[in-house]
Amino acid sequence: MSAITIRNLNVWFGAGAERSDAVKDVSFDVAEGESFGLVGESGSGKSTILRAIEGIAPNWSGHVSIAGEVLGKRRSRQFYRNVQMVFQDPYASLHPRQTVDRVLSEVMGLHGFTDIDSRIGRLLDDVGLGSGFRFRYPHQLSGGQRQRVAIARALAPEPRILLLDEPTSALDVSVQAEILNLLADLRAEHNLTYVMVSHDLGVVGHLCERIAVMKSAEIVEVLGVGEMRKLEANDPYTRHLLESSIHSVR
Amino acid sequence: MNDDKPLLDIENLQVRFATRTGTFEAVRGISFTLGRERLGIVGESGSGKSMTGRAILRLIRSPGTIEADRMALHGEDLLSVPEKRMRQLRGGKISMIMQDPKFSLNPVMSVGQQMVEALRTHESVSKAEARARAIAMLEEVSIRDPERVYDLFPHEVSGGMGQRIMIAMMLLPNPEVLIADEPTSALDVSVQLQVLDIMDRLVRERGMGLIFISHDLNLVAKFCDRIVIMYAGRIVEVCKASELRNASHPYTLGLLNSVPDLEHPRERLEVLQRDPAWREAPSVSART
Repeated sequence: MSAITIRNLNVWFGAGAERSDAVKDVSFDVAEGESFGLVGESGSGKSTILRAIEGIAPNWSGHVSIAGEVLGKRRSRQFYRNVQMVFQDPYASLHPRQTVDRVLSEVMGLHGFTDIDSRIGRLLDDVGLGSGFRFRYPHQLSGGQRQRVAIARALAPEPRILLLDEPTSALDVSVQAEILNLLADLRAEHNLTYVMVSHDLGVVGHLCERIAVMKSAEIVEVLGVGEMRKLEANDPYTRHLLESSIHSVR
Repeated sequence: MNDDKPLLDIENLQVRFATRTGTFEAVRGISFTLGRERLGIVGESGSGKSMTGRAILRLIRSPGTIEADRMALHGEDLLSVPEKRMRQLRGGKISMIMQDPKFSLNPVMSVGQQMVEALRTHESVSKAEARARAIAMLEEVSIRDPERVYDLFPHEVSGGMGQRIMIAMMLLPNPEVLIADEPTSALDVSVQLQVLDIMDRLVRERGMGLIFISHDLNLVAKFCDRIVIMYAGRIVEVCKASELRNASHPYTLGLLNSVPDLEHPRERLEVLQRDPAWREAPSVSART
């Protein structure tokens, strides 16, 4: 059974003459344990797909099912446990006046965990922070450490699917490498399914097995990472994107 | 290239901030010269690269202080000139392009108005001529239909177009030095190269000096002649862009290796191991 099935997904903002379509007729599947990438320019609708899956896009139509559950207006408690999101900017996504401990325990409290104390220690170890960071505030952490906290928060309810919205684009390359390694390790350890949005083909190519290329609200092509590395793209836009990303020195 | 006399000559530049917990040294004694060339400054956030760019224009606000043994443009000491002269130099002789056009364009003025304002601050030209030159400049940065764009407001243009407008505006008074601080990191990959190509072409055609500040070593290697690598407020390595692959400092190598590369996939990315000795090592001079 695939972890995520999406058929004919449409997302739009506004109504009537003001209506603008952010996602048009998008379909794809993500298998259990797979890592799927969405790339495209800003405004192409890649983040909106994640937001529609998560349930924070206001208007959408089409068929979305997550681990067998067909999504409607109301979603089960299980859904909110299974699917978690990591946002782009760790400077904006953590509450500035709550400690790491508070952020993590709130999530676990909401999902009815009782052994919160021991879990927080394990979570922080999992993301490579250690319990020394437990009572810190976000301003006492660096960008990379904040993103680790954001990942710990997403992992707290023991999800099966992580939606990653540009998880490293606000970070330095050296810190990006640490976070990408961490994400790869966590996926292997917890058998997670990833859907990752990024504008950086290098990053997507590193972490994902299959990549969908989006342009003006539509998926123009889905290709495997092997084909992408060999620059075997059929669509002219994909080729253009690939060519502009290849500039490495070594 | 005219190598005999540098445009900018900087020796032992220091930028400090007094904080409650003591003095923070953002830039710790760096030296470099800029001729009619493209100089890249690369480093992580907090390495002092942007502070260096701002210090040249004396744009560091109190409590920050700028000190240098020498900071001169064409022999004119930038540290001692009065603020009035500095305002003429800023934009007139040295221009700066910031990271995000959304924040650096005035949202309540049309594109044309602010371009004309920038030009007329530095040159006494008639309104009609200023307009004509602004439109010609917009055309030079490959904006189709420049007359329409002239009347648009910043929120009506895309990020890539906004950045091209910034470039056009900054080049309009014909400066000799352009400082570009992460000019494309707010843009999409597909427009990044286009914007850089335009900037590169204009800088070369006019024989200007360019300081390109970026965190992306690969990008800088492609668009610059010389590269300065900064770490913790000091220069750790200087090399020709064409010889970047022979770089030897472990920090440079670490930066190069930590980038995920589409063509050469790796199982695990290399993680930079920072050596405290790098911070203490004396700054390498990038004077020619």
